[in-house]
Amino acid sequence: MDTLPPRTPGNAAGPLTAAQLRELYSLMLAVRHLDTSAVTWQRQGLIPGYAPELGQEAAQVGSGYAVDTSRDFVFPTYREMGVARTLGVDMVAYMSTHKATWHGGLYDPLASRLAPIQAVVAGSVLHAVGWAHGQTLDGKDGVALSYFGDGASSQGDIHEAMNFAAVLKAPVVFFIQNNGWAISVPTERQVAGGSVAARAAGYGIPALKIDGDDVVAVVGASRRAFAHARSGNGPVLIEAMTYRRGPHSTSDDPGRYRSLEEERAGAGEDPIERLRKRLLAEGAADEAFFAAALAAAEAEEEEVRAGIEALGPRPGTEMFDLVFQETTPALQAQAASWREESEHV
Amino acid sequence: MSNAILEGAGPAGESAGGSAAARTAHTTVVLSMQQALNRALDEVLSENPRTLVFGEDCGRLGGVFRVTDGLQARHGGQRVFDTPLAESGILGMSVGLAMAGFHPIPEVQFDGFAYPATSQIVCQIARMNYRSRGTLPMPITLRVPSFGGIRAPEHHGESLEALFAHVPGLKVVSPSNPHEAYHLLKYAAARPDPVVFLEPKSRYWQKGEVDLGAGDGIPGGSPTGARVLRQGRHITLVAWGAMVARCLQVAALAAEDGIDAEVLDLRWLKPIDAPALAASVRKTRRAVVVHEAPLTSGLGAEVAQLITQGCFDTLKAPVERVTGFDVPYPAGDLEDEYIPNTDRILFGIQRVLEYRRG
Repeated sequence: MDTLPPRTPGNAAGPLTAAQLRELYSLMLAVRHLDTSAVTWQRQGLIPGYAPELGQEAAQVGSGYAVDTSRDFVFPTYREMGVARTLGVDMVAYMSTHKATWHGGLYDPLASRLAPIQAVVAGSVLHAVGWAHGQTLDGKDGVALSYFGDGASSQGDIHEAMNFAAVLKAPVVFFIQNNGWAISVPTERQVAGGSVAARAAGYGIPALKIDGDDVVAVVGASRRAFAHARSGNGPVLIEAMTYRRGPHSTSDDPGRYRSLEEERAGAGEDPIERLRKRLLAEGAADEAFFAAALAAAEAEEEEVRAGIEALGPRPGTEMFDLVFQETTPALQAQAASWREESEHV
Repeated sequence: MSNAILEGAGPAGESAGGSAAARTAHTTVVLSMQQALNRALDEVLSENPRTLVFGEDCGRLGGVFRVTDGLQARHGGQRVFDTPLAESGILGMSVGLAMAGFHPIPEVQFDGFAYPATSQIVCQIARMNYRSRGTLPMPITLRVPSFGGIRAPEHHGESLEALFAHVPGLKVVSPSNPHEAYHLLKYAAARPDPVVFLEPKSRYWQKGEVDLGAGDGIPGGSPTGARVLRQGRHITLVAWGAMVARCLQVAALAAEDGIDAEVLDLRWLKPIDAPALAASVRKTRRAVVVHEAPLTSGLGAEVAQLITQGCFDTLKAPVERVTGFDVPYPAGDLEDEYIPNTDRILFGIQRVLEYRRG
């Protein structure tokens, strides 16, 4: 599906260069390594839990790649590690949420242009609409990129967000990663009509349904969507079809609801392998590049692991100090008695 | 009735800092609460270019209670606007606008329709400052026409204060008269934290004097404290919103029987001014707390505990609660049976006065 009006001059940055394709590959490989490492770290007891995005590297890196961090703002769920990495967010600060250090993560959302990690399914999509409307009110040209999944599409807030965005002509790109599964419930038991993109027509929102495992297609669609929204034409919806190859989280057991055969059939070819073949076919990269990319990913993985390992708990005073900008007497009293009765301080 | 309020509230006059009041030129006008709120919003929009007023029918219509009347014409459709009819959308959008540096002043048209927005209020607005480690404050003032008393349909007479006071990250306030409405709304709209502003809809059309002050804060005292609206020696009546006027009425009736009741307008329901509660009850040694919300786990329980904590040794009787019942808010015909009336409050006073230690 593609109901987004054809490109207008200046809308797109043209085809990706060989250097950009290599950069995308390096990003996807780094994300893959961090993602599989995080599962290992959980198994080793380094972090208490993690929500893998294995298989969604093309969708996440490709869409994040279209963001202009000097003016856009990104609203993630809890499964957008690949987006965060692509935006250049400090990965130890990002992973701190999975170490149970701080719910939203320790990164600065304003500096990194990434809203705090959001645990409510569909919770942040309306925030993207509000932020985007703020751009309109301020006469700025930033675009809000809002992530959600096939499961979230069942939430009422998604309807409200799309309707508000369309009525307000807010510059939002709704980026749906349809990864086939909401924990144990497959898309066909989740999404009536079988497609989130098809719903966009009801709001008068142009939509693109794309192969979310083809990073080049994802970058292209995202750039078109950003250009459309940035030009004052209102929201765009992209449904990137992908597959959640891993469990919902490190506490999940997919063996209870899908077979390995189903997984293999649903997952299709690895998106990183697809890009590797393309790079080779186009002569855009050689074995030396792939070896260097692998070495870089492995080094980064070790660096992040060391950072997480070194990460201690936040001081308990932050529980009290960060509730309000202007604290209350009751909170001060509770903090004082906590200090008195606790052995931590 | 309004005279009694004004007498007690008496901003420029007898109570606090008479000499200071004499030095500064205070302007006093007579407004209904609806007009006072409208004036406050008008001034807030003029003074702070980052404020936005929006909600269902807030623009061209001026709100179903006309609290936003004329604001769109004066401040433009970008600052004052109608949203689609969806409360979660209104509050969720407020989060994003706050993240973009605005100070949203959204309206939920009626108390009962804050429920569809509860997830955004509780899980997002109340927690974003915390989640973001103070980098994304939520200076959102949520106006909610609240409480009962106007013979309205179902879901148009709810009391939400205990629900929202229970949520970490929210502050809750309710004005009792036009003077308070004007000043508390202006104060709330200048805060960097989310404030749920509960407007007693049955008091919208009651007129009273509003001391606009002289730009030196809220005339008559602290913006965050409770306020004694009637001094008394025998018992303290604690109330907020529309129940304040009713308690003043009760105090006048009780005075005929020689009972000298103090009336404390709590104003802020979170944070509660615990020292003011204690100061009043240490003097009177008896208290009745009055609210429209159901009894069980109502805010009266919190007030009673704070009084017990602060005055246990001097209390002559357990704190009495006169409240709505643990029933769904009834239809208009039974409304007067549900909302604490003067008789029920007088009975409550009697129970406290007649209490004997067993």
